[in-house]
Amino acid sequence: MHPDSRHPDPRPLVLSLTGITKRFGSLVANDAIDLDVRAGEIVALLGENGAGKTTLMSILFGHYIADEGSVSIADADGKLAPLPGGSAQAALAAGIGMVHQHFALAENLTGFENIVLGTQSLWSLKLRGRGARAKISRLMAESGLAVDLDVPVARLSVGEQQRIEILKALYRDVRVLILDEPTAVLTPQEADSLAATVRALAGKGLAVIFISHKLHEVLALCERVVVLRGGAKVADRPTAGADRATLAELMVGRAIPPRERPPSIPGAPVLSLKSVSVGAPSARDRLEDADLEVCGGEIVGIAGVSGNGQGALAALVAGLAAPRAGEALLDGARLAAADPAGRVAAGVGRIPEDRHRDGTIGALTVAENFVLETIAAPENQRAGLLRRAAIRARAAEAIKAYDVRCPGPEAAIRALSGGNMQKVVLARVLERAPRLVLAHQPTRGLDIGATTDVHRRLIAARGRGAAVLLISEDLDELFALSDRIAVVHAGHLSPALPAEGLDVRTVGLMMAGHGVGEAA
Amino acid sequence: MIRFVPRARTPLWLTLAVSIGAGLAALALTAIPLALTGAPVFTAFALMAQGAAGNGFALAETLTRATPLIFTGLAAAVAFRAKLWNIGAEGQLYAGALATVALGAGLIEAPAYVLVPLVLIGAALAGAVLLLVPVLFKTRFGADEVVVTLLLNFIVLLFVQMMLEGPMKDEMALGWPQSAPVLDEATLPKLVAGWRLHWGLVLAILAAVGLHIFITRTVWGFRLRAVGENARAARYAGLPVGKAMALVGLLSGGLAGLAGASEVAGLKGYLTADLSPGFGYAGIVVATLANLSPLGVIPAAIFVAGVFVGADSMSRAIGVSNYLADLVVAFALLSVLVGGLLTRFRIVFVRRGTA
Repeated sequence: MHPDSRHPDPRPLVLSLTGITKRFGSLVANDAIDLDVRAGEIVALLGENGAGKTTLMSILFGHYIADEGSVSIADADGKLAPLPGGSAQAALAAGIGMVHQHFALAENLTGFENIVLGTQSLWSLKLRGRGARAKISRLMAESGLAVDLDVPVARLSVGEQQRIEILKALYRDVRVLILDEPTAVLTPQEADSLAATVRALAGKGLAVIFISHKLHEVLALCERVVVLRGGAKVADRPTAGADRATLAELMVGRAIPPRERPPSIPGAPVLSLKSVSVGAPSARDRLEDADLEVCGGEIVGIAGVSGNGQGALAALVAGLAAPRAGEALLDGARLAAADPAGRVAAGVGRIPEDRHRDGTIGALTVAENFVLETIAAPENQRAGLLRRAAIRARAAEAIKAYDVRCPGPEAAIRALSGGNMQKVVLARVLERAPRLVLAHQPTRGLDIGATTDVHRRLIAARGRGAAVLLISEDLDELFALSDRIAVVHAGHLSPALPAEGLDVRTVGLMMAGHGVGEAA
Repeated sequence: MIRFVPRARTPLWLTLAVSIGAGLAALALTAIPLALTGAPVFTAFALMAQGAAGNGFALAETLTRATPLIFTGLAAAVAFRAKLWNIGAEGQLYAGALATVALGAGLIEAPAYVLVPLVLIGAALAGAVLLLVPVLFKTRFGADEVVVTLLLNFIVLLFVQMMLEGPMKDEMALGWPQSAPVLDEATLPKLVAGWRLHWGLVLAILAAVGLHIFITRTVWGFRLRAVGENARAARYAGLPVGKAMALVGLLSGGLAGLAGASEVAGLKGYLTADLSPGFGYAGIVVATLANLSPLGVIPAAIFVAGVFVGADSMSRAIGVSNYLADLVVAFALLSVLVGGLLTRFRIVFVRRGTA
């Protein structure tokens, strides 16, 4: 059942935003947005980065004040009352709860302490903890959120930490729960269990706003989808009858060409690992006795939940780490030392996991970041003096070729958006026609437009005959790009199997530790 | 509501306007305690300005005082650009001064065109080696360079005192703990006869220009900036982080060592344990006022020197304590730090609307 004009939805409204407009200077971040949410409804909020989702939620939460429009929320009797703007306390008191993509948990406190933190002093907790515990037990039973409450949060898995976050919101008697990209860090199985929880909560009358860019999740879980683009609401429709292509088109505002992945014949092995171990045996992110071969003209995807060994693999290929045991060969030459500059010289193009931390130097210009790895090459210097005009000219060409939106090669790179920053990294890596491309989470945090661009570039590199090692937590991405996929779990790497014969469920099970490493 | 929006780049006029504004703000802030003491505010400032630059002689005195500050300011600027927190310029200055006396006070006899460069190179090396040790400790063992360089200052100063009471003591100095004078051939000539201003100033300005060119135009200068701004990304990109840090240590220590050589060979002529009234520490202030820009160090050093020289002269005239100079410099530092916010961010006033 979905609401339409002939059968008005009988469920009461719990949240109503009318005509919300927010301007930052000349930028209209939210343009007269209306949004109604009813009790027990799961509404998806879709939109690219910069579409206005965050601004809208920040207004709802009292971090920003809308220039125009109003927010109303149902009180305990179900009557809509205006919510005073600009007060996070008021929003919390009115029953709005949010689980952020990056959790806000005190890692050294237990789950129980985190849940009640802020609602009463920890001292009174010692005296009246039992009431709080009973309430949490009831919430856990009702929602199906099972988690150990008495160990420090730091020892819980990401999925369990997220359950604590949701319990934290429920404990505060929320009527509207906002989930911001909740499945970004979960395995498919954990995501399924979260979906079941969300359905159970909605069944009890909780209104859920589900922010995501994974279209299949939105279609499977939500009954209504609201799409923002350029600050305006461009669609508000039931998910029934919608498909991924339509939603993607609504988000981006133009048809997304289907990703073309021409067949390619793999060449000789470029990277081969033989019984390689990387990282201290006690480290969590380590690789044990791994075998892998990546050939020219193919993309090999590495799936796995972050911290299971893909960091060690990336460090080895990027030259930050040396193998502890075994033999790693690049084009037949041994990779023995940790030598980032040597890897660059040997033809490895490295796209790091965190472009702010490892990929770019924020205070330097776009041009300087573009030549970061090759500053000593003759085209960039003569007798130790920088050839500034030449550097600037080539950076300007790259800016054009890679469609980097920036004021110019002399702009500080930190002023660029994530997508444009990543384009500079791509330009730096791919301009040198590398033999092997290491792409570690290459599209994390990017919107559809930028993601499509990164994917197109990686496929082009494969077409040119480069070997591509793609490490990602995003299974859609892995399946869309990879010729073969291997799964890493607890330091063990599964054999890389042809992607055609695999399905998401199998890989998901392997990510959770089934069938990886036992035989190794 | 006020929001800070990062600037993609800062126009030059704004940098200059903020610097001048900060100077004026510092004077305005100093006027408050000055007025509270009952002193005539405008007279005091006028006397300070006159004392610092009222005539050729006063200006020469200010520039003489600015000379070691330019060197130590450059030492701090280059180190801080690479996030190497060298607090030891004072010790490196004394190491340079000691080397100057060791080489220039009779050990070697040579014509000036040999001895002067020799003395300068020796002093720079002494300062450089003194800083290289903490840098290696930092890169090898992770020892905190702030602690090591700071404590080395005291060790060096005690060592200098020991040398001046012992092996390097001038027998002709009537028992005063001071070194033998440097030879005429090792002396930096005066710029103007009869004034104390000497060629050290020219060397200091050349050093500032050279450092500016080094940082902005050379491969190693690029590496130094990259390592300073984000050492992790620099390492990922394959830049030689350890070597860059060692180079920064050599440069910074060497510049501080030159401050010692310039003071001994250009001004005092011999070494005493009170050669520097804290030029090494004041260099940090100078570098901060200059926003770590080598060229900016020159005006910043002249400003600080002028404030101190002017305050001395004002203090003699109207009896306000010359501690006022410390106050002006401290307020200038605070004003510049606030001003830095204005150059790095655009400030946008967002009118509070009603929801």
